[in-house]
Amino acid sequence: MTAPAQAGTRAASLEFRDVTKRYSAGPGTPGAVNDLSFEVPAGSICVLVGPSGCGKTTSLKMVNRLIEPSSGQILLDGVDVQTEDVTALRRRIGYVIQQVGLFPHLTIGRNVAVVPSLVGWSNQRQRARTDELLSMVGLDPDRYGDRYPSQLSGGERQRVGVARALAADPLLMLMDEPFAAVDPIVRARLQDEFLRLQRELAKTIVFVTHDIDEAIKMGDLIVVMTEGGRLAQFGPPDEILAHPASPFVAQFVGQDRGLKRLSLRTVADLGVEPLAQPGDLPVLPPATTLRDALSILLAADTRGGLAVDEAGRPRGLVTVDAIASALAADLAGAALT
Amino acid sequence: MSGEPLVRWDWLFAHLGPIADRVGQHIYLAGLAVGIGFAISFVLAAISIRRRRLFPAISVLATGVYTIPSFAVFPVLVVVTGLSTLSVEIPLVLYTLVLFVPNIVAGFDAVPADVLEAADGLGYTSSQRWWQVELPLAVPLVVAGLRLATVSTIGLVTVSAILGDSFGGLGYYILDGYHRTFTTEILVGGLLSIALAALADFGCVLLQRLLTPWAAARNVAR
Amino acid sequence: MDILTATAQWLTDPAHWQGTNGIPWRLLEHVALSGVSLILSGCVAMPLGLWIGHTGRFSWLVVSSANAWRALPSFAVIGLLVPFTTSIDRNLGFTLYPTVIAMIVLAGPPILVNSYQGVAGVDRDLVEAARGMGMRERQVLFGVEMPIALPVLATGVRSAAVQVIATATLGAEFGFGGLGRYLVLGEANQDNGELFGGVVLVAALALTTLALFTLLERRVVSSGLRTRTAN
Repeated sequence: MTAPAQAGTRAASLEFRDVTKRYSAGPGTPGAVNDLSFEVPAGSICVLVGPSGCGKTTSLKMVNRLIEPSSGQILLDGVDVQTEDVTALRRRIGYVIQQVGLFPHLTIGRNVAVVPSLVGWSNQRQRARTDELLSMVGLDPDRYGDRYPSQLSGGERQRVGVARALAADPLLMLMDEPFAAVDPIVRARLQDEFLRLQRELAKTIVFVTHDIDEAIKMGDLIVVMTEGGRLAQFGPPDEILAHPASPFVAQFVGQDRGLKRLSLRTVADLGVEPLAQPGDLPVLPPATTLRDALSILLAADTRGGLAVDEAGRPRGLVTVDAIASALAADLAGAALT
Repeated sequence: MSGEPLVRWDWLFAHLGPIADRVGQHIYLAGLAVGIGFAISFVLAAISIRRRRLFPAISVLATGVYTIPSFAVFPVLVVVTGLSTLSVEIPLVLYTLVLFVPNIVAGFDAVPADVLEAADGLGYTSSQRWWQVELPLAVPLVVAGLRLATVSTIGLVTVSAILGDSFGGLGYYILDGYHRTFTTEILVGGLLSIALAALADFGCVLLQRLLTPWAAARNVAR
Repeated sequence: MDILTATAQWLTDPAHWQGTNGIPWRLLEHVALSGVSLILSGCVAMPLGLWIGHTGRFSWLVVSSANAWRALPSFAVIGLLVPFTTSIDRNLGFTLYPTVIAMIVLAGPPILVNSYQGVAGVDRDLVEAARGMGMRERQVLFGVEMPIALPVLATGVRSAAVQVIATATLGAEFGFGGLGRYLVLGEANQDNGELFGGVVLVAALALTTLALFTLLERRVVSSGLRTRTAN
């Protein structure tokens, strides 16, 4: 599938500055969110992750002001979101929620075109944009455009939800556990497709999830939050896995964080040993993550695997030891490529 | 009634004019009550939704009104307000409130929370959200209430015949036919009022189909 | 004299509590007719509804029945029945049968619809589990589905009962007795005391019926099922 390159794709930077949300009036009571500060550069995916009740969804909703902060500022491209008209703000921000919230009384086409129609686009332009977006999320506009949400499966509805959020070419996308309501296989597909989409569109995205694996997979930057609504750690996934800032983060990330880190790298970045005859070794394509490679090698119980390049030509031998050394080298502080 | 045919067609054809007038009167009385009742109910429902605490009180009041049979309420109203169209319309309107208000409230309650959240997040203003999202989605239950109220009101108009000859719409023929032991008249009044009610019921079903094209699409899933 | 005084006087007059036009007798007529109609109707409607709900067949019957209920003005039904029942029995066909039959017709659909909905609304997994445990169809229906369907069923019976009690007053216009008599006579004689007295009695009876059936519901329905039942 080819979608036309997004002319003038825009993305905004986002900053949280000492944002606090307090629900009860008492002076000593902690808020749902406390002094949250972090910056998201334009075009990157920032994932808010943490246990339930840590305030991640509350924080997300403060960006498009479904919830108003008690104190602090949220800056979109440097401008405080509270200074802007709330409706205009929301129309510039894409919003995707877990249950999707497709309007049952509108066709898929009209659902996707909601924000463009609110903003006053012509019918023609709406139609063109709808078709474009549906194709982009993998749904044939001729088949799906005139259907109603009740006729679609869960995974299909999620895709429409994403298309709807992208319709008016927003500066920023907010996604609240968007893939949680579907089964794991569908979820993995949706995640992959979304990442592909993001490579094309390069939007700024804030993504909330309770699943650390999803956070690691999807995020360029991760905000780990604690139950008190505080920031526990902020940084790229590998940093958090390699150097958890506190016992809480270490525990949240999981004892297998070493293995998790392996899933961030692929066989392509690994050095290989020379190999005389390939023999009967398992083949490792370049996109295989080190974690999967390790798993394959351990299961096959061989001295190593055959790394190949994109064309399938053999590169060399990859051993379990090589993978382990790569991990150790990282833990010792060496920078990632 | 031995020896007499069941239906006196000659009487029927001689009275087509007055019968048509009665039908008109019936429709007018019912329509007026339903229209006014709907307007008032909408306001009451809006209040019930905003001030949830009032809703149980309104419900209880409504149930109380409904347990007093119309047959009793009409003469009572006459004593209070004298014999006029008003004394017929007031009870009719009150009875529609009982049917409308719970259905309107339920209709708006039935709009899923995630749809409302999505609407807010996408950037609908509250009035846009109300007109373009909540109202269309509340329609099924509201029309169900309309259906109940319309059919029930048509039935109640027949009862108002007890107040006198100039009232009751088609009910007049039922009562008059009964008093005169005139079967044809009873048949005209009875069958036509039932037909009218059935027609109204059917009309409301059509209205609902018209207003909710998406409901028909259900169960055509892949 | 004003209405309140007239009503109070009428209600407290001992003469009105004796004889065939006395309050106790009229009350008895009214309740008896309502009760008989309700029972006769229920004996047909409830088993039918339960069976349709259990087997799932003929559900169209329930849907069209529900519609028919709404579309039938009882006043018209009673009136229409008179000439026919009179030709069967000169006496009772004029005074009793039309009202009884109309009330049976009125009570049927709520009981039918609610019996059906109650049983059909039972979680299918429960039914399957019961069958899987080796219960026979009849045991499944009476041991599992009915007890769970009871709240909805009870609401239907209550709804029918109140409707019948209230609408039976119409019968007085067509030769029947009951509390409706006072409304007819009061209006005819321009006796406000009698008219309003009748209204008070009817309203009181209707509300009492409502309260009684609600209490009965509470008793009969297992406390494990006690949730806010929608109407």
